[in-house]
Amino acid sequence: MSRYHRHIVLDEIGQAGQDKISKAKVLVVGAGGLGCPALQYLTAAGIGTIGIIDFDTVEESNLQRQILFGTSSIGINKAIAATKRLEDLNPTINSIAYPEKLTPKNALSLFEDYDIIVDGTDNFSARYLINDAAILTNKPVVYGAIYKFEGQVSVFNYQNGPSYRCLFATPPKEGSVPNCSEIGVLGVLPGIIGTMQANEVLKMVLGFDTVLSGKLFCFNAMTSETITLKIAKSVAEIEKVRSLKEQFSNQSFASYCKFPVAEISVEEAIKLGNNQFIDVRELGEKPTIELPNCIQIPLHTLEHELAQIDSEKNKMLFCKTGIRSKTAVEILQKHNQHNCYSLIGGAETILAHQKLELK
Amino acid sequence: MNLKIKYFGVLAEITNCSEETIAYTKGSVSDVLMLLFEKYPTLKETDFQVAQDLEIVSKDTLLLESEIALLPPFSGG
Repeated sequence: MSRYHRHIVLDEIGQAGQDKISKAKVLVVGAGGLGCPALQYLTAAGIGTIGIIDFDTVEESNLQRQILFGTSSIGINKAIAATKRLEDLNPTINSIAYPEKLTPKNALSLFEDYDIIVDGTDNFSARYLINDAAILTNKPVVYGAIYKFEGQVSVFNYQNGPSYRCLFATPPKEGSVPNCSEIGVLGVLPGIIGTMQANEVLKMVLGFDTVLSGKLFCFNAMTSETITLKIAKSVAEIEKVRSLKEQFSNQSFASYCKFPVAEISVEEAIKLGNNQFIDVRELGEKPTIELPNCIQIPLHTLEHELAQIDSEKNKMLFCKTGIRSKTAVEILQKHNQHNCYSLIGGAETILAHQKLELK
Repeated sequence: MNLKIKYFGVLAEITNCSEETIAYTKGSVSDVLMLLFEKYPTLKETDFQVAQDLEIVSKDTLLLESEIALLPPFSGG
């Protein structure tokens, strides 16, 4: 068949290799920024059976990077829209759409039907679910993840190699990594990382001994720098997952969308230095606080006054008692401001500290 | 001795730099993290792994004159 001629003429692949590709069954979880390019190359390469699971629908803001979709796909389920495009790209393969969410209830039986799982999801709960289900069904996972201009790729659970939990044992503290809000991403980055995931799939299918197992590849699209880190296997982490097999389908892989709020005392804040103090009380609330580098933005107007926030400084937010200031920290973090703190004890404590200093 | 530290992802935003060199006497990964937590209190609230000379290491690993990397988990896709 002339479709795969450029594969077959490679000594490393040949007709025998192409036959392996056409017998392979690959499940791609998430047809988004990573899933789209991976699916495109896997389909073009002739992977015999490709499953696509995604519950989401195509939005206009996806089109900047999710290259299987066009304007006419907006509003359509991603798994279904992707299958339509892929059937045209390569009608000789079998592509199956699952327009649903991957859950602890359906993951194990779905994974059983495939040889390799591609993780193209965009949140930690899905990533830990995929990792654990892959351990229980003994399937390798091609992991890819991105953050702004940076990407990571690895192959987990391959030929007794390490799993995602050997690298990051547990999901991060609730919300410590901004994954749920739209933080922005350079469109071409998931293209690069997703394509590398397709590359790892093909290497496994073809039996190459150069699979990215036990290694984490990191790429920076801004600097074009790459770095590959070695990951050791943690038998204990993998056994822990195996031991929970019976409870697996009832487990909750909760989401991790909330940011923790860092609190700081007045003394620590002053010691830290380089501060911008932000009074989030209503205008006229007592006691009046006079501090250098202090501005007043009542809490309810904070989202409209972000231009006043100095991103280079440590933001010390305070109110009367330290409750509204916690909400204020959450608001600033939602707008990707780092180094934001809620001052413990609020305005009264600042006043007490100032009096003490004057004595 | 000098320790070169590389920061990835959100850590580079917290520290405001992608790499820096710090003077360091000797000790384990935990010891150098204590220094960094003092310098960047927000780091303490953040999850990350540490690699020494391109290898992910545990917190009690002794640090040599080397390059270390602080790597947070990414979830985007």
